[in-house]
Amino acid sequence: MQMNRADLLHAYRTMRTIREFEERLHVEFATGEIPGFVHLYAGEEASAVGVCMHLTDRDKIASTHRGHGHCIAKGVEVQGMMSEIYGRKDGVCGGKGGSMHIADMSKGMLGANGIVGGGPPLICGAALTAKVLKTGGVAVAFYGDGASNQGTTLESLNLATIWKLPAVFVCEDNGYAEATSSSYSVGGSQAKRAEGFGMPCYEVDGFDFFAVHDAAGVAIERARNGDGPSMLHVKLARYFGHFEGDATTYRAPGEVDRIRAEQDCLRRFRRLVTEAALLDSGELDAVDHAAAEAVELSVRGAKAGMPPGDADLLTDVYVAY
Amino acid sequence: MSKKSYRAAINEALRQEMRRDPTIVLMGEDIAGGAGAPGEQDAWGGVLGVTKGLLGEFGRERVLDTPLSESAYIGAAAGAAATGLRPVAELMFVDFVGVCFDQIFNQAAKFRYMFGGNARTPMVIRAMYGAGFRAASQHSQCLYPLFTHIPGLKVVLPSSAYEAKGLLIQSIRDDDPVIFLENKMDYDEEDEVPDEAYTIPFGEANLTREGGDVTIVAFGRMVKMANEAADRLEKVGISCTVLDPRTVSPLDTGTILECVQETGRLVIVDEASPRCNMATDVSALVAQEAFGALKAPIRMVCPPHVPVPFAPNLEDLYVPNADRVEAAVRAVMGFQAREVA
Repeated sequence: MQMNRADLLHAYRTMRTIREFEERLHVEFATGEIPGFVHLYAGEEASAVGVCMHLTDRDKIASTHRGHGHCIAKGVEVQGMMSEIYGRKDGVCGGKGGSMHIADMSKGMLGANGIVGGGPPLICGAALTAKVLKTGGVAVAFYGDGASNQGTTLESLNLATIWKLPAVFVCEDNGYAEATSSSYSVGGSQAKRAEGFGMPCYEVDGFDFFAVHDAAGVAIERARNGDGPSMLHVKLARYFGHFEGDATTYRAPGEVDRIRAEQDCLRRFRRLVTEAALLDSGELDAVDHAAAEAVELSVRGAKAGMPPGDADLLTDVYVAY
Repeated sequence: MSKKSYRAAINEALRQEMRRDPTIVLMGEDIAGGAGAPGEQDAWGGVLGVTKGLLGEFGRERVLDTPLSESAYIGAAAGAAATGLRPVAELMFVDFVGVCFDQIFNQAAKFRYMFGGNARTPMVIRAMYGAGFRAASQHSQCLYPLFTHIPGLKVVLPSSAYEAKGLLIQSIRDDDPVIFLENKMDYDEEDEVPDEAYTIPFGEANLTREGGDVTIVAFGRMVKMANEAADRLEKVGISCTVLDPRTVSPLDTGTILECVQETGRLVIVDEASPRCNMATDVSALVAQEAFGALKAPIRMVCPPHVPVPFAPNLEDLYVPNADRVEAAVRAVMGFQAREVA
């Protein structure tokens, strides 16, 4: 698919913003200032951005515990996210959700999710809404190789097929469900699972933004045209542990360093667009600088922010009770 | 106004609301029945016929038979509710919540709070509950205390056909997730039910009997048992207030406390398993807020702490009935303070 300069810059800026956000959280989390736990998306940026580039606010996504990248790719404000992760009142969820529950309904972002496999059924529902109300929207479930073994996911693949829902299931296979390899935990293959449920599966190199973007374009177009759901099986890698603080004892020595050096999606994007003379390294450097600046500002803003007030403990349980 | 069964009242509520609001969709297993099958369509209308005839009027776009995948479709109801529909999902037997509870209590119930007030999840989950049907341990439970425990859910227990119609319409119009539980023994029970749509507000108890000696708080089908006991006791000079809370979340604590202040005696009738059920909840409320008004210890009429048995004689022994309510009322009336020593 042809992309214009603006799209290319947008793609790179979004991926770089995610990378900066996550690398910075890795540093800030170690100071002990961030409550709870965070799961970082660094390394997987091409997936979120390659898919979400095809979506607008009327389209919905459901995310996972590793959700920051999906949020940024779907247009959630970085400051609101960072403040949320610090538990601040001006966070996107008022400080009551935290890293694992960042949501922004106005952007069609139905939430990161603390329950593995929590998202796919919700996406069936969002897709049903689009179908019944004829909004023209599609709904995308991001989930990992771990969640691919949840009954919720398998049930949702079936439901989406029989109801012919405008849904796309994006299996982000980073090779590890926590500390267990997908070579151990996944029986059969994702593609055969999709085929078994009557939907096409696109096998995608998740280090290649353009491969993700192309495959997602086909799947989303198919959904938008009323032709039913598809699966994207995106092979990629996470650069950090399952959660921050995870010593990653289960990974091979040098595994991440090698992937960073040889397969990194941002480096690859840079190389491809500069070699093809679509963008020059000066403008890409400027994007790097701006992304770092934006994240720096968001961290400062979050640190300076106020926590929710005591009265906020009791609000927003119900619309009315 | 005409006599209608509990089943017909629920069907009428669904039909009238679906005519009013095109965003209402129904989903569940066999709620129409016959999808993809060579025989008759909509001859089932749910295993007990509650949703029969709705397919004909509203079509398969809005009356959605589901595969046997409770996690997927209850979760889909939550996702649809959060994005602009008002789904009414039928879980058939409430006992089936075991396979889809995550979508209810971790997802639908928590969206609004976790997302800082930026979500609305107007969905209703209908399910039947209760013993007496010879349906044994996995099709006879009450389970409403499980839902009541979860902040973010509302829980409704209609005790008659009239209550069922008004409370279901209220549930559908409500903007929060509502668990609407129908006692399977009540479907053929008839009552005067207005033909037009009406609502009954949540959190407002109904006093089905008023008397000065004892307050009986009863839930769901147990309201009938309490009324029957109260009518018998009236004849021997013991007058009871019977309080039907209608909804257990929200719970009308104000009216419960007022009634206990007046009568000084409390019997609670709850068909749910006795540990951490509504009876213990109301007992704790009254012990904390109205201890000084009590003339006798609170009595709870509940089943024993066992699964619901199959054999008819055992099931009859299990479910609270009017005799047990009557005995409990007599016990609190006969209580003398010196017994405590």
